[in-house]
Amino acid sequence: MAVLGGLLTQLLHIALMLAVAPLLVGVVRWLKSRLMGRRGPHPMQPWRDLLKLLRKRPVLAEGASLVSRVSPYVALGATVLAAALVPSFAFGMALAPMADLLLIGGLLALARVALALNGHDAGTPFGGLGAAREMTFAVFAEPALMVCVMVFAVLIGGTNLNAIGHGIADGQLGLRVSLIFAAVALAAVALAENARVPVDNPATHLELTMVHEAMLLEASGRHLALWEMQAALKLLVWLGLLATLFLPYGTAAPGSGPFAWGLGLVLWGVKIGLLALALAVFESAIAKMRVFRVPEFLGGALMLALLAAALIFVSTGLA
Amino acid sequence: MLLGACFLALLGLGALGATGRAPRWVFLGSAVASAGLGLVGAIGLPATPLPFGPPWGAAQVAVDALAGWFLVILALAAVPACLFAAASPPPPRAEGAGFPLFLAGMALTLIAADGFTLMLGFELMSLASWALVAARHATGAGRRAARLYLAFAAFSGICLIGAVGLLAAGGGLGFAAMRAAPPEGWRAAAVLALVLLGAGSKAGLVPFHVWLPLAHPAAASPVSALMSGAMVKIALYVMIRLLFDLSGAAQPAWWGLPLLGLGVATALIGALRANLERDTKAILACSTLENMGLMVAALGLALAYRGADLLPLASVALAAALLHALNHAAFKTQLFLSLGAVYSLAGSRDPDRLGGLIHRMPWVAGCAILGALSAAALPPLSGFASEWLLLQALIQGFRASDMSVQLIAAASLAVVGMAVGLAAAAMVRLVGLVFLGRPRTPRVAGAPDATGLMRVALVLPTLLTLVLGPLAAVALGVLDGPIRQVLGPQAAAPRFGLELALGEGGSRYLPGLVALLLALVVGGLVLLVRRRSPREPARGPAWDCGFLPPPPHMPFGDPLSQVSALGLGQPIRRSLGGLAIAPREWLVNQPPGSPAAATLRVEGQDRGFTRLLYPLARARRALSREAEQLRGLSLRFYLGLTFGTLVSLLALVALLERG
Repeated sequence: MAVLGGLLTQLLHIALMLAVAPLLVGVVRWLKSRLMGRRGPHPMQPWRDLLKLLRKRPVLAEGASLVSRVSPYVALGATVLAAALVPSFAFGMALAPMADLLLIGGLLALARVALALNGHDAGTPFGGLGAAREMTFAVFAEPALMVCVMVFAVLIGGTNLNAIGHGIADGQLGLRVSLIFAAVALAAVALAENARVPVDNPATHLELTMVHEAMLLEASGRHLALWEMQAALKLLVWLGLLATLFLPYGTAAPGSGPFAWGLGLVLWGVKIGLLALALAVFESAIAKMRVFRVPEFLGGALMLALLAAALIFVSTGLA
Repeated sequence: MLLGACFLALLGLGALGATGRAPRWVFLGSAVASAGLGLVGAIGLPATPLPFGPPWGAAQVAVDALAGWFLVILALAAVPACLFAAASPPPPRAEGAGFPLFLAGMALTLIAADGFTLMLGFELMSLASWALVAARHATGAGRRAARLYLAFAAFSGICLIGAVGLLAAGGGLGFAAMRAAPPEGWRAAAVLALVLLGAGSKAGLVPFHVWLPLAHPAAASPVSALMSGAMVKIALYVMIRLLFDLSGAAQPAWWGLPLLGLGVATALIGALRANLERDTKAILACSTLENMGLMVAALGLALAYRGADLLPLASVALAAALLHALNHAAFKTQLFLSLGAVYSLAGSRDPDRLGGLIHRMPWVAGCAILGALSAAALPPLSGFASEWLLLQALIQGFRASDMSVQLIAAASLAVVGMAVGLAAAAMVRLVGLVFLGRPRTPRVAGAPDATGLMRVALVLPTLLTLVLGPLAAVALGVLDGPIRQVLGPQAAAPRFGLELALGEGGSRYLPGLVALLLALVVGGLVLLVRRRSPREPARGPAWDCGFLPPPPHMPFGDPLSQVSALGLGQPIRRSLGGLAIAPREWLVNQPPGSPAAATLRVEGQDRGFTRLLYPLARARRALSREAEQLRGLSLRFYLGLTFGTLVSLLALVALLERG
């Protein structure tokens, strides 16, 4: 029974993630437009774009190789697998024992490398430039992520996302200053990983300031649809990760029934909605940074994470 | 028997190589002999005295679990390298002679069961590899690199002889005697320092890393592959043998900290330099620095955990080091050979003269991309499994009771995370520059693909990398033996069935399932998407951002509109470059009205040169100038000097006799 429930929740979860991801992008765009006093496109617009793009035949650049044709599938595949590991409405899904935070980081890194190789493939100037910048940002984002993982490992004992979320939802840990620091650090990492303001501007049309979009200049048709889906899903994975790590309350416990799932689903929707609102407000209120200031921004996140680790050593050492 | 036959074969092949006849057979024979050595490593061999040896006793050889593991690594790196060498044009005679001797030296170091044989093998390996580096360069930068390498090799030999001597002072030169009398007090500390200096400078640890990115690329490609794939692992083996095995289990926990610190510093600087180099083989050599740093950091963690009585964690860290040694041997050999094939078939090691080779060399490019993804530590490939173990061992550092160790673990984790990110960036840059994009020179546009034996030499290690990823737990099962031997019978490799697992209920990683699920998801995506959009892609010109379309005599477009090696390294050079090198950028402007292009120049030199070697060279010059002045002294001063020396010697004798 538990196995069946785990399998069912896993499948429902994957379907949910895939369905919600483009919607989330639409909602964030719509919220930003409203905040800026425009009416904004319908939140379903990204879904419509995707379906239209999926039908279209891609046009490959003359210098493009097999990499351009394979990398969108690999990137989206890795992101889907990462999305399958980050719980939404229920803990204890079929793949829960695999949901190691380092593995999720590794899968997202695989998607990132596929994207960077795609940027290099056509041999255009901005593709390479975007790829170099993307990989540079990751150099600062990855250590911050790892040190945050260590903070949770100190509290829970391991790096399994389900165990961490479950342990925090139990509420025995109380409110800890180090968790707040880790939350700020991870939020900064999430902004950088998803190419959001202030690191990158998802709405830019100027090649010089692009990072993420610069690597996709040559993608078109179904390939572009895959890349757009990948970016949307990655945003949802990161928001889901933040929700699971810092706000795991209300998520259905392993082995619970459909009622608990429904409650968890509603609460998950509220959490993701709040995070989307926070993202829209933050992006509307702040300007994009110069590229060479991004390492300082992410270096600050790393220092915060290290501070969180130091604080947690002190507090567990005293306790 | 087999062992002796392999050695005799290698020595005979060395003699044959020296004659310069049948170079192809020399290398093919070396491949067979090294495969035999790998077989010996898999079987094992009890301690056997040899019928010859130094005057004070017979030399001893043995193949225990630890030596066997490294012998297998050596064979896995050596077979493809020998095949590649056999497929290359005939080398100079010194190379034909040095290659089998190099292999014999490495194998002798591994099978040695006494200090003398160990040092004999180590020195044979150093000298043979120096000859191989120097063989292709009679003059110029390559010769200078070889000289620098020889100086460092001599230094590491002297330090290791000192360490072995200190270990042997308790009982004798045999490993069993050394184990029976482990060093204590100042002797133990001196052994640690000497091993770190000796084996560390062979492994390329900071600050003795400057020779490695110069010497490894200077040799012929199969030799570079062997030096990066196997020789640095021999240094790692010597470290494990001397620090873990022969120094005894009672060493304190702080022993691990110097290794950890030097390891993470090397990893960071190596990965950083890999992003700044402008020579394909130098990029790979710097990536070797990074990987050696990670392995030594894992060794340091294992020592620290063993001293703190955290045996399960110590075995996780040691497994990370040993597994990564195997994985690194596979993908680095393969990468060196792939880029060697590019060098010999497309004619350049400068990434600014390559590009777009995936169209012309699909086999080489396919192998190299898989190797690079493994080097970038991406799941489910092999590099990720061992780095996952290392990261877990660092994360579990909070279990140490000492807060300073916890803080060091957290800081090391941050640095290792940065090094892993940098390694991924370096591999993307390498692949992007060499294999993707458009050709940068006409010669590259017509390069042929690797064929025959050369293709086999590339495909073998690629298959190994692909297999080692999902089956990492099987390799860990083999590692049970070496881990028990080093850490004691209670230790075990961190695995559970086909999973990599930190004990019951701890963090786990199932590489096989990850690979399977990824394949399923990607396959499903392809099916779904292609059902909805079945049409084949069309071709069109790339969006070149406002550049004019290239003239007809430039069929591959304007090469200047592709990012260069320097340009790709720029973000990392500006944000972090100062850590590893002293970079200097300046703009050469043309006067107003001149049609010539303004150029941006970038120079940088490793801080190891500016901080360590140049001051040393200056001190040597000053010293020799002082000594030179002694020649111009008068007779009075000479007599005075002689008298003073005599008196001080007599005083020394008197002092020693009294004490």
